[in-house]
Amino acid sequence: MAEGASEGLVLLDFWVSPFGQRCRIALAEKGVEYEYREENLRDKSPLLLKSNPVHKKIPVLIDHGKPVCESLNIVQYIDEKWPDRAPLLPADPYARAEARFWADLVEKKVCIPPPPPRMYESGTKLWKLKGEAQEEATKEFIEMLKLLEGELGDKKYFGGEMFGLVDIALIPFTAWFYSYEACAKLSTEKEVPKLVAWGKRCRERESVSKSLPDPLKVYEFVCFLKKVYGIE
Amino acid sequence: MASAAGEVRLIGAWPSPFVLRPRVALNLKGVEYEFLQEKFGEKSELLLRSNPVYKKIPVLLHHDKPVCESMIIVEYVDEVWATTGQAILPADPYERALHRFWAVYVDDKWFPSMFGIAKAETEEAKAESAEQAWAGLKLLEEAFEKLSKGKTFFGGDTIGYVDIALGAYLGWAKVIEQMTGLKLLDEEKTPLLAVWAERFCAHEAVKEVMPETEKLMEFAKMRLGK
Repeated sequence: MAEGASEGLVLLDFWVSPFGQRCRIALAEKGVEYEYREENLRDKSPLLLKSNPVHKKIPVLIDHGKPVCESLNIVQYIDEKWPDRAPLLPADPYARAEARFWADLVEKKVCIPPPPPRMYESGTKLWKLKGEAQEEATKEFIEMLKLLEGELGDKKYFGGEMFGLVDIALIPFTAWFYSYEACAKLSTEKEVPKLVAWGKRCRERESVSKSLPDPLKVYEFVCFLKKVYGIE
Repeated sequence: MASAAGEVRLIGAWPSPFVLRPRVALNLKGVEYEFLQEKFGEKSELLLRSNPVYKKIPVLLHHDKPVCESMIIVEYVDEVWATTGQAILPADPYERALHRFWAVYVDDKWFPSMFGIAKAETEEAKAESAEQAWAGLKLLEEAFEKLSKGKTFFGGDTIGYVDIALGAYLGWAKVIEQMTGLKLLDEEKTPLLAVWAERFCAHEAVKEVMPETEKLMEFAKMRLGK
């Protein structure tokens, strides 16, 4: 396929990164070919540093030499660059504004990024803290999931029938639920059954199942991080 | 373009830089709207109902349907009134991505450093925040050079997405400059931005809604005093 031929499109990424996975899902939804490059985050490539000099973070999508940074930005870029297929945002401006709002909320409230300084995002707190602090974090996390479940309601996806931006923004974090449950003794199945069902539906899409890591591998990674931070 | 009475309403407050953003966008599109000023220290029922998640201003009510978060409102205005006034986001997907990136940078990284100057309790902390703010402005100066392509605004000949994102903070930037004696937008450090700031504030779509520095100073003192 000439369009998006892999010499032109490169994704700088890290296997476990939910932010990178968002981009992979979007590219897969559009059926666009690209070259995936795994970055060693402890030894970032010159290409990464050059492409994202401001934040020096993955993911970065490099389109014929031009870098696009920040995962939700990349997803919107992908949607706008290939508008002729699999729209990731609805056509109606009001529905689009709603989608952007909820995707932004996921960004603000859910994120579980790797190493410091972003210590206090909801999910990360669950495995980094202990005792009362962890309980507090667990409550906060569940509240936030319930808020999202409320927005989902009985719809197939956040966008209704259409799999889109909000689904893409949130689905990678479901691969971390197993780890949170193991570390913080919570049951997402019990607390947010509709959201869990939504997660399963999303994973039936090839774009998602191919992009998301095995939750057990994520758990191995979390255990490794816990060792690194000296947390038991 | 006149809108039917009550069709477009904006819940906000005059000192808020976030509220300024949709006001500029609506002005750029020539859209008439009713401004619903919130009382200080007391959130209205309408606000709480319209933005139950964050309970914050601004909220745009279009045919009574709420849109929340300032830059999301700006993009919404740009899309709904796409055929009137000028485009706020450019047409090209790559340029749009750049505008979005820098708007997020302004809010996530630059604003906290600017605000840090105001909050700083020691001279050292103040100096550190100032250094961070200047470093951020240098990056924004480079971004300006790239996006403006020699024209007046980040959006080129007309006010664009990043102009609105960053320009909204100029009123408070001036207050911080007066309160601290530090020059944030320094012609020597960031010459292009220094000129841009004047042009932005003088623009028709901005000048009536940009709060006067004296009024903001009074407001700041009153809020800090309590």
